[in-house]
Amino acid sequence: MKRVRAEILSTRTLGAYRSLTLVAPELAERARPGQFVAVAMPTDRDFILRRHLTIHQSSRRGGWAGTLEFVVDPAAGPGTAWLSELGAHEFLDVIGPLGKPFAYPKRLTNCLLVGEGRSVAGLYFLAQELIARGKRVDMVIGASTLEAVFKPIEAKRLSQLVTVMTDDGTLGERGSIVDVLPEAVERCGAEVVYAAGRPAVLRAVAALCRTRKLPAQVAVEERMGCGYGLCGTCAVPVARKDGTGWDHARACIDGPVFNPARVLWDRWPAAAASAGLPAPDGPA
Amino acid sequence: MLATPVMIAAGCAGTGRELGGLVDLRRVGGTVTRTITVEPRQGAAPPRIAESSSGIVWRTGMQNPGIDAFIATELPTWVKAGPQLVVSIGGGTLEAFVRLTGALQGQPGVHGIEIDLSGADEELERPMLGAHADRVAEIVGAVARMSLVPVFAKVPGGVDVVPIAIAAAKAGASGLTLTGSPPAFVVDASTANPAFASGAGWLSGPALKPMTLRAIVDTARALPRMPLLASGGIATAADAIDALLAGATAVQVGVAAMIDPTAPVTIAKGIAAELKRRSLLSPMQLRGVIRLPEATAE
Repeated sequence: MKRVRAEILSTRTLGAYRSLTLVAPELAERARPGQFVAVAMPTDRDFILRRHLTIHQSSRRGGWAGTLEFVVDPAAGPGTAWLSELGAHEFLDVIGPLGKPFAYPKRLTNCLLVGEGRSVAGLYFLAQELIARGKRVDMVIGASTLEAVFKPIEAKRLSQLVTVMTDDGTLGERGSIVDVLPEAVERCGAEVVYAAGRPAVLRAVAALCRTRKLPAQVAVEERMGCGYGLCGTCAVPVARKDGTGWDHARACIDGPVFNPARVLWDRWPAAAASAGLPAPDGPA
Repeated sequence: MLATPVMIAAGCAGTGRELGGLVDLRRVGGTVTRTITVEPRQGAAPPRIAESSSGIVWRTGMQNPGIDAFIATELPTWVKAGPQLVVSIGGGTLEAFVRLTGALQGQPGVHGIEIDLSGADEELERPMLGAHADRVAEIVGAVARMSLVPVFAKVPGGVDVVPIAIAAAKAGASGLTLTGSPPAFVVDASTANPAFASGAGWLSGPALKPMTLRAIVDTARALPRMPLLASGGIATAADAIDALLAGATAVQVGVAAMIDPTAPVTIAKGIAAELKRRSLLSPMQLRGVIRLPEATAE
């Protein structure tokens, strides 16, 4: 974990989102998929907390060496709206890389990556690292509408089979990514599942992986205060390893990547408040 | 005696391990732990935080491992990290506070105890211990009599501060932390629900600063010799100096340390620079020098 003053190298619009690439060699060389950065807000505004943004790209080699990219949804709130207005050569106060990254499978090869909306950003970084390790990558991505599907062409480039789902059917099939999960798992011969998104989606992934006995890792999105373990506000209910009970783990330093089999989805209100998702079959 | 008049407020310094790479806790005047209770607490269901104008509304529900596990596992980490450590203790009964103080008695590395009075009173079935002078006197008195280290009573936010402060001072508190977070609420209009799972929460952050200054001014007038720690909305050296001028002895930094882990050190440096500019030797020379009209009460 480092704190740096990083210059914005470039920005671009990607559908409904805005991507910012920073010059941050100290962060880029350490960053791994699933991790995030905490970006400070300007001191003269009334939104004060750092914004916690999943790392979309981190380049250690080549012409982009030492850069780090993250994606914001300008509509998400005043902080991300402010970030999306910034241009090249402005500076940001950034702490990172933060959190526990995704682990790569040692023996298993077929990896299915599942995500929706902006959450997909971190999965592309993961896909590259998996491919570099000789794994097969398939994806199921989705969003509310075409504009909100994050880089579908990049998904096609990175994976063998891609399923795109939108709520309104403007891109790919109409429906939720949760609807097509069982079929996608079959079709890809998935041996490992990675997912990122809202708790309700992750819960559905967890339920499926539990019935199919598939190992899985999920990256949670929980509102954070600090991002590095001080405040204890980003709680996720997780079973203890020794089976003696459960604790509220901190998404920022105990996660954001969790083993979904250990998450107590019934104790997580956001996972229960599913938005149009089918009820998962029992606690995962 | 603190090296600098800047502390990290309760609940904003993790478990002693997290700030490692970002700030040297030995350069901070003191660090208050999150509130520790007798039994472990799972805390409130997530989400636990929402932003408001120049503030945050939060509710962690006093999540902590309980005093035994704290002493066995967290305290050694704190001692290693090296701050002047103040342990915040909380509970709902007089017995809980007595047991907590007893357990901390003689523990190496514990330099002080801060009494969190924001909890519900389980014995008298009142919503908040710290809203009633009789209970504050009882609890603070018991802790102060037992403790071998200085005892600070943290007056909750949103209560009539001065009577509570006087009760705590008379009961033997070494100092007062003014104030805790006042109760707050955030609505999520999109779902017509509270913005977090547990419903109501507490307000922290820069939005509180004027309320903190008022609590300091009024209490300093009523208890001129009592050490007062200003807590709530102190984010910059200028804020800290305002608090000292209003009558605080030292400040506690909370949300500002969550946003910028070096904030307590930056504030301490800023105070030192201001003292130099004014050719003063100690922050105590700034304390309460504002000239007040006869009464601030309306």
